[in-house]
Amino acid sequence: MFKNFAEFFVYHLLNLQKGSKFADALEFFIYDTLKIFFLLSVIIFVVSFIRSFFPPEKTKKYLSHKKEFIGNVLAALLGVVTPFCSCSAVPLFIGFVESGVPLGVTFSFLISSPMVNEVALVMLFGLFGWKIAFLYLITGLTVAIFGGIVIGRMKLEKYVEEYVFKIKMGEAEVISPTFKERIAYAKFNTIDILRKVWLFILIAIAIGGFIHGYVPQDFLVKYAGKDNIFAVPIAVALGVPLYSNAAGVIPIVYALMHKGLSLGTVLAFMMAVTALSLPEMIILRKVLKPKLLYIFVGIMTMTIIFVGYMFNVIL
Amino acid sequence: MEILVLGTGCENCKKLYETTKKALVELGVNADVKKVEDIAEIMKYTMNTPALVVNGKLVHSGKPLPDVEKVKTLINNV
Repeated sequence: MFKNFAEFFVYHLLNLQKGSKFADALEFFIYDTLKIFFLLSVIIFVVSFIRSFFPPEKTKKYLSHKKEFIGNVLAALLGVVTPFCSCSAVPLFIGFVESGVPLGVTFSFLISSPMVNEVALVMLFGLFGWKIAFLYLITGLTVAIFGGIVIGRMKLEKYVEEYVFKIKMGEAEVISPTFKERIAYAKFNTIDILRKVWLFILIAIAIGGFIHGYVPQDFLVKYAGKDNIFAVPIAVALGVPLYSNAAGVIPIVYALMHKGLSLGTVLAFMMAVTALSLPEMIILRKVLKPKLLYIFVGIMTMTIIFVGYMFNVIL
Repeated sequence: MEILVLGTGCENCKKLYETTKKALVELGVNADVKKVEDIAEIMKYTMNTPALVVNGKLVHSGKPLPDVEKVKTLINNV
C-alpha cells in the first residue's frame, strides 16, 4: 500500500523517469519513510503495553536463585519484555544481585535488554524483512544466554564492587497500573521515542535512499564482502560508539547491504551497536571492577565477531 | 511534606524532578524537592529509577514517567 503510493507519487505526480537515479532514490525514501514510521508507531505502542505487565521487581523475583541455563534463558527473554531505563542499570544490578539472582543470570538480562530494542527490530523488519529481524532476535538472545553462562562459569563474583553486597534493599510494594494507565503509558512512550528519533531516521533513510539510487550496485563487494576477513571486526569496532543512533544506522546499513555488504557483517554490526554501548559501560563501571568489565566486553566482542563470521560463511 | 526524587542523574531522572516541581507549583504546595543520587539511599526504596518518594513512602518507580497531573494525584493521595 505504501509502495503503491510511493510509486504513484514519484512516477505519476512528479512524472519522473523510471530507472533514473533520482527517481530510485526518491521512491526508496518515500516508501521506507512511510513504512518505517507506521511500523514504529504500532510496534512501540504494542511493546510498551506488553512491557507494563513486566515491572523489574517481578522479573527480579522470577530470576532469584534460578539455576544456570534455565536462569540464563529466562533472563534473556525477560530482558526483552522488562522496561528499564539505562540509568537504572546500576540500581537494577544491585537489586538483582542482592536478591540472589546469580551473576551470570543477571548478565544475560543486561545483555539482552538493550540488544533486543524494539526500534531496531522494527527497522530491521521494515527494511530487511521478517526473516532477518527474526534472525537478529534469535542470535541476540543466544549471545545473551551464552555470554551470561560463560560469565557465570568464570566465577567472577569477586570482581563486583564490594559495596554492592552490603546494600540493604527495601521491599517496595509494586502498584499495578490500571488498563487506562497502561494505554496512556504506551501512547506516551510511542510519542516520546518518535520525538527523539524521527529526525535521525529521516536523515538515515535519505542517506540510504541516496546510496540506493546513486552508489553502483556492487561497490562494497570488493571491500566489505564475504571474503574480506577484516570486515567483521571493523564493523564491530565501528558499532561501539554508535549506540544512541541504533535506529539511524539501519537504513544506511540496508542500502550498503544492497551494494555488497554481507549479512554476517551487518548482523555483527547491529549487535555491536546495541549491546556494546560505551555509555552503558561507563555506568556499569560503578558496580563492576575494571577486570570484570573488560572480561564482559571481551566475551561480548568475541561472541559477536564469531556470529558475524558464522553467518558470512553459511549464508 | 518531604519529597524525594531518586535517580542516578540521567535525563529521565531530571525530567521527573522538573515535573514534580511543576506539580507542586500548580498545587500551591510549598514543599522541598530533594534529588537523591546516592545509590545506597536509592536502594532503600527501590531498584527501579527514576522514582518518587513522598513523606517516606514510595509512590512511583520506573518507566513510564508520570506526567504533571499524575504527580499531583500521587502527592495528594499521601
